[in-house]
Amino acid sequence: MAVKKLNPTTLFAWVILILCAAYLIVPLLTQFDYSLRMRRDVLSFDAYTSVLSTNPDDNGQGIPRFYTSLLFSTLMAFFTILVSILIIVPTAYWVNYRVPKFKPVMDFFTVLPFAIPGIVLTFGYLRTYSAQPFALTNTEVGTAVILIGGYTIGVMPYTYRAVDTGLRAIDVRTLTEAARSLGAGWGDIILRVILPNLRVAVLSASLLTFAIAIGEYTLANFLFPDERAFGSYMAAVGRNRIFEPAALTIISYALVWVCVLVIQRVARGTDQTQAASIR
Amino acid sequence: MAFLELSNLHKAFGPTTAVENFDLDVQRGEFVSFLGPSGCGKTTTMRMVAGFETPTQGSIKIDNAEITGVPPNKRNVGMVFQSYALFPHMSVSDNIAFGLKIARKPASEIHQRVSDMLALIKMQALGNRYPHQLSGGQQQRVALARAIAIRPQVLLLDEPLSALDAKIRLELRNEIRAIQQQLGITTIYVTHDQEEAMSLSDRVVVMCEGRMEQVGTPFEIYNFPRTAFVASFVGTLNVLHGTLQEAAGDRVLIEGLPPGAMIRLARTLPGGRAGEGVIVNLRPEAVQIGSPATHDPTPVEHDNVLPAVIEQITFLGSVVRVKLRVGTQHLLADLFNNPSLVLPKLGEKVTIRFSPDACRIL
Repeated sequence: MAVKKLNPTTLFAWVILILCAAYLIVPLLTQFDYSLRMRRDVLSFDAYTSVLSTNPDDNGQGIPRFYTSLLFSTLMAFFTILVSILIIVPTAYWVNYRVPKFKPVMDFFTVLPFAIPGIVLTFGYLRTYSAQPFALTNTEVGTAVILIGGYTIGVMPYTYRAVDTGLRAIDVRTLTEAARSLGAGWGDIILRVILPNLRVAVLSASLLTFAIAIGEYTLANFLFPDERAFGSYMAAVGRNRIFEPAALTIISYALVWVCVLVIQRVARGTDQTQAASIR
Repeated sequence: MAFLELSNLHKAFGPTTAVENFDLDVQRGEFVSFLGPSGCGKTTTMRMVAGFETPTQGSIKIDNAEITGVPPNKRNVGMVFQSYALFPHMSVSDNIAFGLKIARKPASEIHQRVSDMLALIKMQALGNRYPHQLSGGQQQRVALARAIAIRPQVLLLDEPLSALDAKIRLELRNEIRAIQQQLGITTIYVTHDQEEAMSLSDRVVVMCEGRMEQVGTPFEIYNFPRTAFVASFVGTLNVLHGTLQEAAGDRVLIEGLPPGAMIRLARTLPGGRAGEGVIVNLRPEAVQIGSPATHDPTPVEHDNVLPAVIEQITFLGSVVRVKLRVGTQHLLADLFNNPSLVLPKLGEKVTIRFSPDACRIL
C-alpha cells in the first residue's frame, strides 16, 4: 500500500494551526482543570456550585449575584442592541443607498472606539453627562442611559461592520427602487425589505454586543460602583476567591460560544437564500 | 390628448448631459420602446418617468396630471428591472402581494389578485416557492406579475430580458406583449436589442447620446430611417460612397467602378452639387444577385445594375448573407434561404440589382 506523501506546505500549515490552537486551548484547559480542584485531592464541580448557588464574594448571603449581575448586564445589552439597530441599520442603509461616497468616512468613524482607550471614553462620558445640562448620573435610569450609550459606541465597530457587510450582500439600490415603485415609503422599505434580509447580520451584531456587554468592566464599574454589572461581579469574585474565578471564566466562555454557535446555525440557514439573490 | 406626456425633458449630471430635448406623447394602451446603444439616455429617461431621477428641465404628465415632482411611491407606475429585484425573503405569492399590502387592500382582494396574477403568468403551482428556487425566466415573470398586480397607470420595463438566454428571451418577449395587450397597460420598454424593440412595439424611439433620433412604427424606423445613425443602428446597412454626377441630379457614380456603372436614386437631390461626395445607403435584402451569363427572366425597368464579385457566403439560418466586392467597395446581400436556392460560388462574377427606391441618402 502506497503511503501518501505530505506536502511540506500543508505540513507547515498544520503545525501553525496546532500551535495557535494550543495557545488558545491550553490556558482554557488549565483554567478548567483548576476550577475542578476546589475540594482537596478530588476533582469536583464545587467551584461551579459555589458560583451558581451562593454569593462567593459575600460569604454566601442572599440571591446569588451571578444571576442578578447577569440579568442586569443582559438588560443593558438588550437596550444597547435595540439602540444600535435603531441607529446603525438606517444609517448604514442610507450610506449604502444614497451616499456611498461617505463609506470611507463611516468606516473611519466606526473604528474610532478601537483607537480610544476605554478609560478615556469612560472619563469623557462621566465628565460630560454628569454635569449640567444633562446631569444624568443623578438618577439610576440616567446612569443606565450613559452605560447603554457607552456600550452602543463601544460595539459600533462590530455592529456597523456586520450590518454593512449584510447590506453589501444584497442589491440595496434595486430592491429599494422596486419597493418604492410598488408604493412603499421609507419605513416600509426598512421594516419589510431591508431588515428581513439583514437577519443574520443583525443577529451577529446582537450576539457580539451581548458578549461584549456582559464582560465589560471599566464603564460599568465607574457608573455602578456597587458592582451590579456582570463584569464588575467577576472582578469582585476574582479579588476574594481562589477557585470560583476559574469557574466563572469557563462559564463566561461557554456563554460566548453558545452565542457563536447560534450565529453559525442561523447563518447556515440563510446563506442559501442570500446567495441566490446576489447579482 | 396623450395619456403619458414627456415634454422637453432634460437631464444633466453635472457637466454631462444625459438627456436633452426629449418630447414624446404616448397614447393609452400603447407599447413604446426606447432603443439605443449603452449610454444613450434611454434608462435615464425611463427613470425620470418612474421618479428615480428628477428632470433638470421639462415635465411629465400622466392622464393630464403633472407628476414631475411626485415621489416614486406615489406615482402608481409599475417597474420591472433587469435584475428582477424580487425580494429574496418573500415567496412568489408574497412578492406579488407586496404592493397590495402596502396599499392596505383587504385580505380577500389581495388573495384574489395574487391568484389572478399567478394564473396570468402560468405559475399557479409555484406560489410558495422562493426566488432562489426559480429559473431566470420564472423570476422575471414574477417580477412582471408583481408590477402589474398594483394596476399601474404606466408599466416600465428596463431591459427585462437582458439577463436571460436567447430561447427564454424569445418566449418571454411574446408573453410580455400578449399580457400587455390583454390588459391594455401603457408600457415603456427600454432595450438595446433592436429585434426586441421592433417585434414588441407599437412605436420605437431611437436614441443616441441623449437625443431622440427618430420616433415611428417599427416599419417606419426600419424602412425610412431619417438619420445615418438610425439607419445603421436598426438593421444592417450597406454603405456605398460615390459622387453626384450633376447638380441637383439623381445619378451617382460609385467609387471604384467604371463611369458607365452609375446608379440612379429614387429622386433628385435638391441643393446637391456636381462632383459632391454622396453616401448611398441600402438594406441587404434589397439587393438581388444575378449572373451575367443568366438571362434574368424578370428584369425590372429602372433597377440599378452593377457588376460584383462574390467574396464570402455566410449561412444564418433563414437568411444567407453574401458579401460582394463592388469595385473597391463591399456590399452585403441577404437571400431568403430555401432548399432549392442555388448559391453562388466564391470568386464568381455576378451582377447585383436593386431598386432606386431602396437607396437612401442620409
